[in-house]
Amino acid sequence: MQTTTTMTRRPLTGQWLVRGHWPGRVFLGLVLALIVWKLGTAILAGPIVFVQQLINGVQLGFVYALIALGYTMVYGIVRLINFAHGDVFMVGAFVSYFAIADFRLHEWPSRVFAGISSGASVAIGTVTVMMLSMVVCAVLAVVIERTAYKPLRDAPRISALITAIGVSFFLEYFGALDFVFTPSFITYERPFPVQTYYIQDGIHALQPGQTRPVGVITFSNILVIIVVVSLLLLLLLTLFVRRTKTGKAMRAVAFDKPTARLMGIDVSRTISVTFALGAALAGAGGMLYAIAFPSIVFWMGIIPGLKAFIAAVLGGIGSLPGAFFGALIMGQAETLAGAYISSPMRDAIAFTLLIIVLLYRPRGLFGEPEREKA
Amino acid sequence: MRSRFNRGTVTFLLGCLVVFAVFQYLFSAGILNAFWYTLIRIGAVMAIVSIGLNLIYGFNGQFSLGQWGFYAIGAYTAADVTYRWTQLHNTSGLMVILLGVAFSGAAILLLGKYLNRVRGLDAMSAFAIYLLFVVLAILVGVWIAGPLIPPTTAALSALPEAVSSQIVFFLAVILGGLVAAEVSFMFGLPVLTLGSDYFGIATLGFTIIIKVLLDNTDTMFGLTEMKGARGMVGIPKDTTWFWVCFFLFVVVVVTRNILHSSTGRAIVSVREDETAAKAMGIDVAQMKTLTFVIGSLFAGLAGGLYAHVNGFLHPSNFNFIRSFDPMIIIVFGGLGSITGTVFASFAWALVLEGFLRILLPAGFETWRFVVYPLLLLVMMLLRPKGLLGTYEIAFLRSVMPPRRKREAQADGGSPPAAVGEPMGKGG
Repeated sequence: MQTTTTMTRRPLTGQWLVRGHWPGRVFLGLVLALIVWKLGTAILAGPIVFVQQLINGVQLGFVYALIALGYTMVYGIVRLINFAHGDVFMVGAFVSYFAIADFRLHEWPSRVFAGISSGASVAIGTVTVMMLSMVVCAVLAVVIERTAYKPLRDAPRISALITAIGVSFFLEYFGALDFVFTPSFITYERPFPVQTYYIQDGIHALQPGQTRPVGVITFSNILVIIVVVSLLLLLLLTLFVRRTKTGKAMRAVAFDKPTARLMGIDVSRTISVTFALGAALAGAGGMLYAIAFPSIVFWMGIIPGLKAFIAAVLGGIGSLPGAFFGALIMGQAETLAGAYISSPMRDAIAFTLLIIVLLYRPRGLFGEPEREKA
Repeated sequence: MRSRFNRGTVTFLLGCLVVFAVFQYLFSAGILNAFWYTLIRIGAVMAIVSIGLNLIYGFNGQFSLGQWGFYAIGAYTAADVTYRWTQLHNTSGLMVILLGVAFSGAAILLLGKYLNRVRGLDAMSAFAIYLLFVVLAILVGVWIAGPLIPPTTAALSALPEAVSSQIVFFLAVILGGLVAAEVSFMFGLPVLTLGSDYFGIATLGFTIIIKVLLDNTDTMFGLTEMKGARGMVGIPKDTTWFWVCFFLFVVVVVTRNILHSSTGRAIVSVREDETAAKAMGIDVAQMKTLTFVIGSLFAGLAGGLYAHVNGFLHPSNFNFIRSFDPMIIIVFGGLGSITGTVFASFAWALVLEGFLRILLPAGFETWRFVVYPLLLLVMMLLRPKGLLGTYEIAFLRSVMPPRRKREAQADGGSPPAAVGEPMGKGG
């Protein structure tokens, strides 16, 4: 009814106003111009500081990437926003803390092999601690999946989501009990000393007692370790998903569950493997995050978990490279917004960015268009 | 007129009166102490928020996590109005917000009339145009409000203190709702075009943005009375059992009447199948906006009431984690059940804050939030459809087939009101 009446009416004055969608583009152009102007003046004013901020962003982005992969894999396969993932990340950080502070697990090689060099000992010990975190988190995620999510696989999706929130609350507040992780902040003990490097005619290590040089780019061994470990884990994950039979099964289940079942794939087992893989990465991420920001508390997983999830959405949820690049973008956006636009508002800016990206690319930057559901 | 007071309606009205009177007696006689008084009022406030969310998610199928953000907007708006009246003894908050809301609302409605007829307008362009005019309208409103402050202050001061404070409180709550509704309209314009999960994520982002803004009210926006991250104090504790009951009653009846109208059937049809609804001639985008705005209006009203329960607001009350609370309540009560939502809200408030505090032995207070998720998990496993499913009391149950249609056919007069007719222009 509405359509016919307006069609017969004389052309609306001002219809030209909206042709070409220019009001929206002008609005967006203004917003973008503001951001570019802010960043541009910042780069010109202090290029060194800007590169320094980029480096800080990289460090954050890689940790987010490790968490985001778990979100994206789980969402891709069961269409569930696994809110408990951030808390699995927190558990990973605490497991590594207890392994280091209470059991000195990072020193085991020097205790067992007398002649080992201290560097090798720390390296092997740190890797062991990380493996332990990953295994504990993987087991925890499988337990959660089997007890809480599996019975609800055929229930409405909202039930599974509420359950995920419930599991998240449970992990947090169970962790907050005095005999578990305690409700207060704990200072994390790094398994290795921090070594700062600076770039001035090549890379130099900052000697103990030396003041930090001004006006040069500095970075620490933590950054190197985070980037190397994350890239290694990403490579392993990609190889696993691409090259192994289980990886193939994961892709098949994500693509079409009933058909995958008909092809003889054990769907339940594949889903559990997916949860375990995601949680293992989150466990490693938890440890790296705690090394970078050495203060841990039971609710520490909420915000990084949420940011990583947003990063996964930004990159296109369900896509592994999407999660990775989305996380890097998220890390940069957060750091740059905090440094150059407004520090207290940086979360708000990061989420505004997400909303704008979603409006123009609803499937995210790397996401595939939604497949037709049978 | 005769049929308007059938048995279900009379039972409902009497039931409401009895519940109100009984609890009023229990409170004034001191049988229920201040602790339970607060809890029951919080339960009613949660019921209003959750009915709003149930309208958005349960009846219209838009997965929104932004309800808590609108709740926060309503709370802070209303608190600012009453704070300025009781602490600063002028109507600056009231007049500025009242005229700002009135002018921007008028701008939205007028612009809506025009833009609805323009074809091929993308959401972002519409948003930009609305934003420009709304900002202009608010500026005009604020400019006009300035000289009106002294005379209205004098007029209100002439009234007895008890009356003027109640008037300001009532207007503050209404304004809280209206501000939330307008913000939701502006936010919903572009964001409602997103698909279900993405809409949820964007609204979650909205809640987080609001929380960050509230943390910085004093430093970045110059609203020193809100005190940013330190929490707002000095709000009059005006929310009585009467006001809570009044607003809950109005919200329930309004929701019921919307849902039983043709607009309501259009809203539900959007949930059932968007493509089919579109094929039937329903303006899907308009229905989504309308529902989102009404739901947020309820959230804003509830926020205004909440601000005056304890007289204290803190941004951490509006953390995004809490935005799951109304979602949990409506899933518990049953999606698409108003009765279930009201019961679940009271149950939620009483169990979580009341019984768990009392029943858990001394030294186990921290176990409250360990037991709560376990209850949640058990409930989800045992009753994934909610406590009451889609059960409704007689008054709220929709009459099938619609009475209007039957009467019209019996009269042989005008054709039955088609469900597909686009209703509720603007938002």
